Amino acid sequence: MNVLMYGWEFPPIQSGGLGVACQGIVEGLLGHQHEVFLVLPKTNPAMQLHDPERFRILAASESGGTIEVEAIPTSLYNPYVTSEFSYQQSIKKTLKTDEPETIYGLNMMEEVHRYASQAAVHAKKVPHDVIHAHDWLTAEAGVQAKQISGKPLVMQIHATEFDRSGENPNQAVYDLERRGMEHADRVIAVSEYTKKMLMKHYGVADWKIDVVHNAVRSNFDPYHKTHHLNKRDKIVLFLGRMTMQKGPDYFLKMAKKVLDHMKDVKFIMAGDGDMMEQVIKLAIDLGIERHVLFSGFLKGGEIARAYAEADLYVMPSISEPFGITPLEAIKQGTPVLISKQSGVSEAIKSALKVDFWDVDEMAEKVIGALKYPALNQVLREHSHRELVKLNWHQQAGEIVKSYARAISV
Amino acid sequence: MKKGKNDYNKSICFYFQVHQPYRLSKCSAFEMGQKDEYFDGPEAYRNKAIFEKVAQKCYLPTNRLMLELLKNHPEFKISYSFSGVFLEQCLEYGEIGKEVLDSFKALVKTGQVEVLSETYYHSLSWLFSKKEFAEQILKHQKLVQKIFKKTPTVFRNTELIYSSEIAEFIREMGFKGILAEGWDYYLDWKSPNFLYHPERVTLHPEDQKIAKQYGIRKHPFKNIKLLLKNYKLSDDIAFRFSNKGWTEWPLTTDKYAAWVDAAEGDTLNLFMDYETFGEHQWEDTGIFEFMRHLPEALLKRNIGFKTPSETIQSYEAVGEIHVPHLMSWADMERDLSAWCSNQMQESALQRVFELEQEVEQLLPQMHTKESERLQHDWRKLQTSDHFYYMCTKYWSDGDVHAYFSCYESPYEAYITYMNTLTDFEMKLQRLATSEERLTKQLI
Repeated sequence: MNVLMYGWEFPPIQSGGLGVACQGIVEGLLGHQHEVFLVLPKTNPAMQLHDPERFRILAASESGGTIEVEAIPTSLYNPYVTSEFSYQQSIKKTLKTDEPETIYGLNMMEEVHRYASQAAVHAKKVPHDVIHAHDWLTAEAGVQAKQISGKPLVMQIHATEFDRSGENPNQAVYDLERRGMEHADRVIAVSEYTKKMLMKHYGVADWKIDVVHNAVRSNFDPYHKTHHLNKRDKIVLFLGRMTMQKGPDYFLKMAKKVLDHMKDVKFIMAGDGDMMEQVIKLAIDLGIERHVLFSGFLKGGEIARAYAEADLYVMPSISEPFGITPLEAIKQGTPVLISKQSGVSEAIKSALKVDFWDVDEMAEKVIGALKYPALNQVLREHSHRELVKLNWHQQAGEIVKSYARAISV
Repeated sequence: MKKGKNDYNKSICFYFQVHQPYRLSKCSAFEMGQKDEYFDGPEAYRNKAIFEKVAQKCYLPTNRLMLELLKNHPEFKISYSFSGVFLEQCLEYGEIGKEVLDSFKALVKTGQVEVLSETYYHSLSWLFSKKEFAEQILKHQKLVQKIFKKTPTVFRNTELIYSSEIAEFIREMGFKGILAEGWDYYLDWKSPNFLYHPERVTLHPEDQKIAKQYGIRKHPFKNIKLLLKNYKLSDDIAFRFSNKGWTEWPLTTDKYAAWVDAAEGDTLNLFMDYETFGEHQWEDTGIFEFMRHLPEALLKRNIGFKTPSETIQSYEAVGEIHVPHLMSWADMERDLSAWCSNQMQESALQRVFELEQEVEQLLPQMHTKESERLQHDWRKLQTSDHFYYMCTKYWSDGDVHAYFSCYESPYEAYITYMNTLTDFEMKLQRLATSEERLTKQLI
C-alpha cells in the first residue's frame, strides 16, 4: 500500500510527542512492507533514516504548486500550547536557541494554511492509496489532498483542543479538527479516552473511530541503573511540560503529603513551561522546597537517566489523550503511577492508577511503592513485560486495518 | 468388596465449600499505628454487606432447596465445609447471620449432612507453621461442635491444598479421611472415581510430635482414605453450567445423570463452592431447577448419595496415590500460584508468619480478652483470600473474570495488606515495651 502522510514534525527536529509517534508509525508501516510519502512543512537530510525507495520525505513547498485554502485570521499557535501567551513565550525561547531557524512561523494558523495549500498539491503527483493526516495541524492538508486525488482520508487524533486548552478551547483549532474528522473516512484515536472525547465534543460516530494505542520504539537505549542522589533518599519523578494539563501542582500537593509521612524522599521535576514560576512558588508555599529539585528541560540521554534513577515515575495529567512518558519510564526499569484521565492507563495494567484530583490516594500509592520493595519489583517486572508486547510493528498493523476500512467504504 | 447399603450402581459424594473471608478495610499510611479495627472490609465491599448479598442470592435459597431435597429424598446426602471465619460472621451479623446459621443447622439436623474439618481461618498455615495449622484445625473442631453438635472426622485443607505429607499429618492427628483434587498429573491412569490410600511418607519428627500433640483421637488410623474430586463432572455444574458457548449447553438433569451413569467407578466426588448456586451461576441460569431435579434423575438410574464418611465406609481403597508436591483445586495449574507466585504475595506471607513467635511471647503476659483479640487478629490476617487478591497471574492479560477482587488492583490489595500488617507490628511493639516496663516495675 502507498501512504501519503501529512506530518508536522519529525525527529530529529521536533518539539514534542507528535514527531516521535509519527516516526514510530512510519517505521511500523515500513516494517509491514508499505510505502510512505511523508510531507512536512520543512525537511532535513537527517530525517531520511530509511530506505529512500520506500520512504520519501517531501517538503510541502516541493509540490510545485499551491491551491486556494480559505485563510482564517487568527492568533498564535504551537501544536501543544494553544493559548496565546504561552505561544509567545515558547516562540521567544525557540528563537533564542542556536537553531538557525524555527519551523514554526510567528502566526501558527497562517503556517498551517500555507502548509495545507502547498502540501495538498503533492496528491497530484505522488502515487497513493490512502491519505493519513495527523491532528489539527495537517487536517486541512489532508482534506484538500482528498479533494484532489479522491483517495480515502484517515485522520489520526493524537490530542484534541480540549486536552490542550481545557475548558477554553480555541474556536479556529476546534473547527479545523472537526472539519478534518468530518471529511475523513476513518478516524484513529490514540485511546478509548480520546475516542470518547471525539464522540462527545466533535460528534464523530462511534463506528467511524478506530482506537490504536501508541507504543515506544524498541531501539530506545536503556540507561543503566545507577546510584541515586545519595543512598538514603528515594526519588519520585515528574517529567513533562509544566502546564496545567500535566498536573504539576497535583504532583507537589502529593509530595507534601508523602513528606508528612516519610522524610527521605526527593521529588524531581523535569521540564519547563508556562506554569514554572507558579510551581516553584507552590513548592515554597507548601514548605517542601528543600525536597523538590527542578532540573529544567531535559534532552535525550538526560531523559533516560532521569527515568532510570527514579524509584517511581508519576504522571498526574489532568487530561492526556495517550501519554507516552510512562512507557519510556517503564523502558528504563522504573515503575509508574499514572492518572486515570490518560489513554496510557488503558494500555498498561501493571501500573498504579489514581484520579488526578485524588491527592490523598496518590500519596498513599507513592508511599506504598517507596516503602514496599516487593511492590516496586512486581510493577517493574510486569510492566516491562507488557511494554514488550506493545510495539509499533503491531500497532502499525492496526493502523493498516483502519486504512483497509477507509478504502472499502 | 463391600457395596453400599442399598446396592446402588454407584454413589455421588457432594461436598460444598462455604467460606467468607474477613476482607481488610482500607488502611491509610497515615493511619498506621492508630488503626483499631481491620476487618470491616473495603468501603465499597463491607464484609457485612457482601454477606447479606450472598445470603440472599445463595445461602438462604440454596439451603431451602437442600432442605426440601433432604426431606423428599431420604437417600439424598451432602456434606459441607464451613470456614471458621464464615461461621463467625454468621454469629457477628445479627438477624441475617442468625437466619443463615439456623438454616444450616436445620440441614445438619436431618442427619443426612456431614460437616467436614478445615483450618478455622481458611489459612495457608500448613506452608509456614505446622503448629498453627494444627491449632487452627482444633479451634475449628471446637466451633463446629459448639454450633452443630458434630465432630468432624474427615479433613479438607484450604483450597484443597494437598500433598502426601499433609495426608500423613492429618492421619497422625486422627482423621479417617481427606479430600483432594483428582488431578490427572498425579493420578496417572488411575480414576478419581475410586477410593485410595494416601501414600505413607515419613514426617519430620518435630511435625509428627505436633500432629500427635494436637490429635483428635488417641490412636490414629493405620491407613486413611483419600477422596478425589471428579473435576470434570464437578466443573460441568460449577463453571460450565451457564456457558452458552459450551457444546453441551443447556445441561439437563437427564443428560447429566447419563454421564454419571456412564462413568466407571464406585463414587463420583462432586466438590464445589457453595456459591455455585445463585452467586457464580445466577438463579436465572436455571441452576436451582437443575439441582431440584438432579436427585430423582440419579436415583432413577440407581445412583445413590453418600456423605464422605459413608463413602469411606462403603468402599475399599483400590490403590495408593503419590503426591510429592503441593497441589490445589485452583486454576488450570492446580498449584499454589494463585496465593504465592509473585514477590508481593511472598513478602506478605513471609511477614505475617514471621510474627508467630512474637505473638506467642506476648500472649501469656496479657489479659485473656486482649490476648485472644491479638491472636485472633493475627490469624485473620492469614486467611488465604488476602493473598489471592494480590495475584497478578492473569492481571496484565486483562482477564478480570478469572479473579474476582474487592480491590481495584492487586497493588491496592497489597498496599492495604502491608499497611495493616505494619500497624499490627506497631501494636506488638507497643505491647512488648509496655510489658517490659511492667516487668521491670515488678522487679
